Order: sequence, then C-alpha cells, then structure tokens
Amino acid sequence: MLPELSRDEILRYSRHLLIPEVGLEGQRKLKNSSALIIGTGGLGSPVSLYLAAAGIGRIGLVDYDVVDSSNLQRQVIHGTSTVGKLKVESAREKLLDLNPDIQVELYNEPYTSENALRIAKDYDIILDGTDNFPTRYLTNDVAVFLGKPNVYASIYRFDGQVSVFYAKEGPCYRCLFPEPPPPGLVPSCAEGGVLGVLPGTIGTLQATEALKVLLGIGEPLIGKLLLYNALDMSFDFVKLKKNPNCRVCGPNADIKELIDYEEFCGVPSHDHEDEGSAGAGWDITVTELAERVKTNHLKLIDVREPHELEISRLPNATNIPLGQLAARLSELDSAEDMVLFCKSGARSTRALELLTSAGFKKVKNLKGGINAWAKEVDKNLPVY
Amino acid sequence: MPVLRIPTPLRAYTDGKSEVTVSGSNIADVLADLTAKYPALKPHLFNEGGDLRPFVNLFVGESNIKDLQGVDTPIKDGERIMLIPSIAGGAHVA
Repeated sequence: MLPELSRDEILRYSRHLLIPEVGLEGQRKLKNSSALIIGTGGLGSPVSLYLAAAGIGRIGLVDYDVVDSSNLQRQVIHGTSTVGKLKVESAREKLLDLNPDIQVELYNEPYTSENALRIAKDYDIILDGTDNFPTRYLTNDVAVFLGKPNVYASIYRFDGQVSVFYAKEGPCYRCLFPEPPPPGLVPSCAEGGVLGVLPGTIGTLQATEALKVLLGIGEPLIGKLLLYNALDMSFDFVKLKKNPNCRVCGPNADIKELIDYEEFCGVPSHDHEDEGSAGAGWDITVTELAERVKTNHLKLIDVREPHELEISRLPNATNIPLGQLAARLSELDSAEDMVLFCKSGARSTRALELLTSAGFKKVKNLKGGINAWAKEVDKNLPVY
Repeated sequence: MPVLRIPTPLRAYTDGKSEVTVSGSNIADVLADLTAKYPALKPHLFNEGGDLRPFVNLFVGESNIKDLQGVDTPIKDGERIMLIPSIAGGAHVA
C-alpha cells in the first residue's frame, strides 16, 4: 500500500501531479521510496536537494567530512554559515528547510566494507557521489550484492560521466572498469580542479535518473554511459555491455563478498589531506627546506601547471609541469641537490618516482607542497 | 583519417588537444601512431608488457572495442574513436 498524500503535500507537489507520467500515484511512490546518497559534496549537493524537493520519503546521507570554504565554489547545499560544521548536519538543515515532510538519516562515518551493507540494505536506490576509487568500487559491489540500482556520476574539470549500473538488468561499474588506474595516474579534482557548475549539471542528471528508476518511467541509463563536456557542450552516449568476465556480476564471479578496497585500489580513501608523501628518506618538510635554503644551494623544481604559478610561487624555482618532466630530464643535473614541489605534494611524489627511476638520487619531495609552505613558512602566500 | 577524442585528464599529454587525427586501419595501428606522436601518453594506455591497461576503454562509434575485436577492430577513414577515462572526482586519488 502506497502512503496517502496530505492536503499540504498535494499542493507542494502539484507540478508533479500535473504530469501524467508522475501523477498522484507516482508521487505516492516517491513518498514511499528511499535513496542513499554516498557523499555530500559536489554531486551530493544537487542530488540531495532535488531528491528532497521531489518528495523522496527517506534520504540517507553518508559523509564524514566537515564543510570547508574551498567546498563552496560547487557544494551549494552548504554555506558560509556552516563552514566547520559536519557536512551531513549542514545538508540536513537545508534539506529539511526545503522539505520538512521527508526523513533525512545521517551516517557521519566513512563508508567502508564494515558498515556499507548494513547502511545500504534498507534503501531502494544508491547514488554514487563519491570522490575516490576505493569508495566507488565499494559502492558498486554493495549495489550488486544487494541487487539495487547504483546511479553513478563522476566529474573532472569540464568532463562528466553518468550511468545507471544495475547488475540485474545490465552492466555494473566493474564491467566497464574492471580495475582502477594505478595510484597517481589520474589526477584528482584537488590537483586538477573542477568547474564549479559541473557537479550541478551532472548531479541533476544523476537525480533525474534516480527519479526515473524509482518511478519506473522513461529509459534510464542502464547499459548506457553519458559523457558530457562543458567546454564543447557535448553529450555523447556509448553502449555498455555486461562483461562476461566481470568479477562481481559475471557468471563466474569470484568476488562474493566485500573486499579491502584501499588495498585493491592501492590508495587510501579516507584521509582528509591529499598531502603526498614519498616515504621515509625522500621527504623534506617545509621547515627543513626553509633552513636548508639559507645555507645550501638547492635546485627547486615546481611541477605544477604554469597557470598555478600566478597563485603562488617560490623564488628561484624552475617550472617543469609533471606532464613534461619525462621529456625534459636532460635539463636536469643529477649531481645537483633537488627539491620537487607542487600544490600539496601528490604530483611531486610522482615526479620523484619518475626521477628516481631515471637514476636521480639527490632528489627530495617537499611534503605538503607550496600550500604547506604558505601555511607554515611564508604566510603572505595564499593557500589554494 | 580517423579522429581520436582525448578526455580532459589526458590532454596534458597531447599539448592540450581535445581531438587528434591519427592514421591506421585498426585500433592497434591508431594507438601506435598516437603514442608515436605523444610518447608521454604511452604509460597511461599500456602496461609494462605492452598490453592495453584494463581501465582504458576505447569506443568506436557507440561500441566498446572489447565488444568488437579488441585492438584488431578495424577503423574506417573519418571514424571517431573515443577514449573514455576512469575518473573518480574529488580530492583523494593521489
């Protein structure tokens, strides 16, 4: 039995009730349905706002982060007044203001192999708005094991992807991406950036797909992947097929329970800082560097992109963007002491790996990058 | 000649180009031509053994080459090949 709508709800949802594909019955279906949103960031903001506005009866939010001012360029569910607050609390406040008739359940914890099945089992649909590979594979596998649709979206700079991975009716995320890229091969948004409106575009598409699946209308993106590019304003679709060798949803699947996704992806999923560390002996801290430059000659190599130098720079540093480093090794003298740095240490860690594998030995990684320098040594420099 | 669409994360290795005109009559030839033009792309597409990395997805028209003939999939002149990246978004990849 679907729940009835109150007199107030009928007025609230009148624009839905006027659409024959939704109508009174569809709206009652939405009231009866539940959606779990993994991540309350760029994608989770529009997704949760629109699903709440649409009258999904119960919305679960999973996030363990706090609102930071660098989130507000795109995470529109949060605000200046909620900086420093838990993201899930900040989001609930906004959602219940938008629609007090719904239930909002909070999971202020990392989504892990230990809790994911327990959290997800009572929801009709899962929306993947995560920001890292381990949690994406976990979200996929949970959806496959529980037989639930996983509305997937992913963003980077100007590019977005959307699909509905529903192993009962089509391929899953692993059918397309059997394994993640090795750590460091794909830059993250913290390094590469993202156009603030992009998660808005992609997140609203994700919310649209969720509503279609819950209402059972239209043609959801099952077996199809949407590729969006904001610069070209292009929408491309490709067909996805079930992979017969898929390790979770194929006929000979060998992964039958949740695994250690951080080990599988080779990266941590739950650290707040993206400060790259090259490991013992290869790192130099900003305070050590500040001391060293007073007495020693050190060659500083800035592996950031040229446009980032307009934000902050260290005097006398040579700029060789990471993407060009392999081709420009001849410009470097392996006999010289070198310190590599970037924004926060991730790219310079990869640069260090590249140099050491090319035989360089007198090279160090600036832990925490120029942002750490701006926080601890030169407070006139901005942090970005 | 076929045209290969480069996703944003890999444009750092193609001098910022979003599309690259390549020569070749099948995917293997096209990729050989592409990586000859842009050697820095090679480790992103191929593993140490020279095989296409499992997370690299190439589509000819709407179809994944994995559902066609893999790297032997023939390519016609002017055909569009899409390279689809594995992106996670967010802050914690590296």
